[in-house]
Amino acid sequence: MSTTIRPGRAARPWRFRRPGFWLLLLAASALFSYPYLWVVSASLKPRSQVFDNRLFPQEWVPSNFVTVFERTPILSWFINSSSVAIAAAAAVTTSSALVAFGFAHFRFPGRKPLFGLVLATMMLPTAVTMIPVYLIWNTAGLATTQVPLWAANLFGSAFYIFLLRQFFLGLPKELFEAARLDGASYWTIFWRIVVPLSKPALIVTFIFELKASWSDLLKPLIYLRDPALFTLPRGLKAISDQFGQSGEQQWEIVLAGSIITTLPLIIVFFIAQRYFVQGIATQARTR
Amino acid sequence: MRRREAIAAYGFIAPWIVGFVIFMAVPMIISLVLSFTDYDGLRQSSFLGLDNYATMLADPRIRLSLLNTMIYAIMVVPATMAVALALAMLLSNVGRRSAGFFRTVFYLPEITPKVAIGVLFLLLLNGEVGVVDAALGVFGIDGPGWTTDPAWIKPGLVLMNLWSVGGTVVIYLAALQNVPTDLYEAAAIDGASAWQRFRRITLPMISPALFFTLIVQTIAALQTFDEAYAAFYGPSTQTGTATDAALFYLIYLFQQAFQFLHLGYASAMAWLLFVIIMVITAVQVRVSRRLVHYEGN
Repeated sequence: MSTTIRPGRAARPWRFRRPGFWLLLLAASALFSYPYLWVVSASLKPRSQVFDNRLFPQEWVPSNFVTVFERTPILSWFINSSSVAIAAAAAVTTSSALVAFGFAHFRFPGRKPLFGLVLATMMLPTAVTMIPVYLIWNTAGLATTQVPLWAANLFGSAFYIFLLRQFFLGLPKELFEAARLDGASYWTIFWRIVVPLSKPALIVTFIFELKASWSDLLKPLIYLRDPALFTLPRGLKAISDQFGQSGEQQWEIVLAGSIITTLPLIIVFFIAQRYFVQGIATQARTR
Repeated sequence: MRRREAIAAYGFIAPWIVGFVIFMAVPMIISLVLSFTDYDGLRQSSFLGLDNYATMLADPRIRLSLLNTMIYAIMVVPATMAVALALAMLLSNVGRRSAGFFRTVFYLPEITPKVAIGVLFLLLLNGEVGVVDAALGVFGIDGPGWTTDPAWIKPGLVLMNLWSVGGTVVIYLAALQNVPTDLYEAAAIDGASAWQRFRRITLPMISPALFFTLIVQTIAALQTFDEAYAAFYGPSTQTGTATDAALFYLIYLFQQAFQFLHLGYASAMAWLLFVIIMVITAVQVRVSRRLVHYEGN
């Protein structure tokens, strides 16, 4: 038996026969894209045809989107979501970078146990701190504002601190030594050397938190009472309650709302695609 | 010099220390204290000792929500890992240029907020008009009422969540691409079958990634909230309906805390969840220690 061994990927164990492989891959892709296509097409249909399962609407009703804007404050929700998510992402990126630099660049008493504590906090379920943190914001008189949705990010977050510290540790040490000899302060080293060299890692942190904050439903449910302050996920829940399941069964409106909630993230994804992928790949190296 | 360095270091990490105290250490203490009281957020609370914990033992909805959560986790975690691994293996066989395209196709659903996934679940898996049952009908299968039949609600949520396995796919794909190809070549020369190569080379080599996703996915599944809440719960939800099949632990905790204002009871619930997560994670770490293969360092 003569087996030709070619180098590289040809030697993968699960080498599929060509036609079968592509068929499988295309079928899986179709399966994964279908829900998106279904939603977009259904959101453009008249109410009676939402469930007709045709990919091309028989009748086009783009005015469903106009209806959402008319009947719900979705524009304010979009603005709320944008400002909260950007504040959350900017806050966590800045603070986590500072803390990560502290752990990466200095040797100081208590460094190891403190960093261990940072990592340990990743294990703490939010459920444990959810109620007391609510009470704290309540005492501060901010419990029904948007502040609790992002302000805790000003103090860094364990996962991002870990991620950024790893990245900072990989920067060439000679740069720092040279800067020290030139009399640069720690702040100058951080701001002029570390930050510019770490842009990819900082962007990863920013967009990861942007996505997490944009998608969050639990915190807006806890804190936001006034519909004018809702973020998009909280607003979409309200739309779904009013127009969907237990309400008027106007699913085309709920669908248009879902698209408006999701689309901004998809746009961000396409702009920053390679950072997303990098970020997830680093995630796995956390352990 | 040493001293100056230490002061500077503490300056940089100060935000985290402050945040840790305000948002973790103090809340944990408050939470523990609350769990021994009947605090409702308004009136003075009275000390109950272990009453909340005793009540939990007898509360049928605690048992129901725990059981729901466990069943769901036991279904969704292995299903996610298996589907993600299959997709990652398909992707690892694609040339570099088209890999980007397919990776986008599989990753995009991961971007979708879980609220929207909950809404989609109600529509796509609807027993009467949903497209999934319509597709099953083509093959002569009478699809179940995924969104109404208590026996099918959790499998339905699992199915819907499989749509967003993209993040796990990317993790596995990166792990697969790091397996040195000469291992496969050597094995092929020795006459190892495709299955043997997968079983003896691929699985051990990517076991750290599998282990990582196992832990993360389990912790996430035990705290499932968004999609089930979006689909079945709201301010006006009645108890004792078909939606009880989607009463996950965090949903019940949320109801107790912020709808019934039983802040003491909900705090006790949170500690039970914490203990459960710690125990399950510890068991997983224990068991995996023999199975996970770490390269060199």
